[in-house]
Amino acid sequence: MLAARPDEELDRGSALPDLRKPPITKLQLVKYAGASGDYNLIHTDDETARSVGLEGVIAHGMLSMAFLGEYLCWLAGPESVRRLSVRFNEMVRPGDILTCRGRVKERTMRDAVVQLQLEVWAENQRAERVTIGEAEVDIT
Amino acid sequence: MDQPPALSRDLIGRESEVVLFEVERGAIRKFAEAVQDQTPQSLRGDIAPPTFPTTFRMTIPGLTFDLARVLHGAQEYRYERPLRAGDRVRCRLRVADVYQRTGRLGEMTFLILAMDGTDESGSPIFTGKTTAILR
Repeated sequence: MLAARPDEELDRGSALPDLRKPPITKLQLVKYAGASGDYNLIHTDDETARSVGLEGVIAHGMLSMAFLGEYLCWLAGPESVRRLSVRFNEMVRPGDILTCRGRVKERTMRDAVVQLQLEVWAENQRAERVTIGEAEVDIT
Repeated sequence: MDQPPALSRDLIGRESEVVLFEVERGAIRKFAEAVQDQTPQSLRGDIAPPTFPTTFRMTIPGLTFDLARVLHGAQEYRYERPLRAGDRVRCRLRVADVYQRTGRLGEMTFLILAMDGTDESGSPIFTGKTTAILR
């Protein structure tokens, strides 16, 4: 998608298109636990979650990071992703709807490859940035 | 409830064994489906999603804590190339740092884990850095 856009539109500060994900469900957390191997029960068992002071299960932070990984692949293609670094800022619960958003921080040229430094984040339906990160993608 | 002892800085530098992981097409597809990742190459099982290295689980001798008291604070991955079905990845996990901080939840221990994945000839594929917060 980025490769199809003229360079001048991808300069510093350019907003990137949004990727809205379907609502997070408890079933998704069970599937993600199985697929990722993260069996921490605070993500799948309400009783365990309450025993540590949560209201109920919370999503794996890594699920929201995976959404941002998908976002980078959607923007630049899976071969182009060089770095993704995130901070887990807020908890995500079943029913939350996350949207991946971003903007270009910097555009540099190296060996005929355009490198974009991106600011990316996942925000919930209340516009809270739950997972915030930086990324680097190559556009050839 | 008894609190496990705080992690010691003596753990810094401790490593897992080198573990060989095979990237299976079915595992890529299962991961993409769980994430509802629409990337065609991942849905087909050809190219693993960027966060797939999280599936490479390793243990470090002497490093134990109560899972329910761990918060995942931050995560980073750097990539030389994407992982593909059929890749055989040699991975190792290392304690990069341990330190205590007092935050709004009281005394917390920060545990920094570094992971690297290479191909069988030793060429780097990715590195990872995990910040875990134990409260």
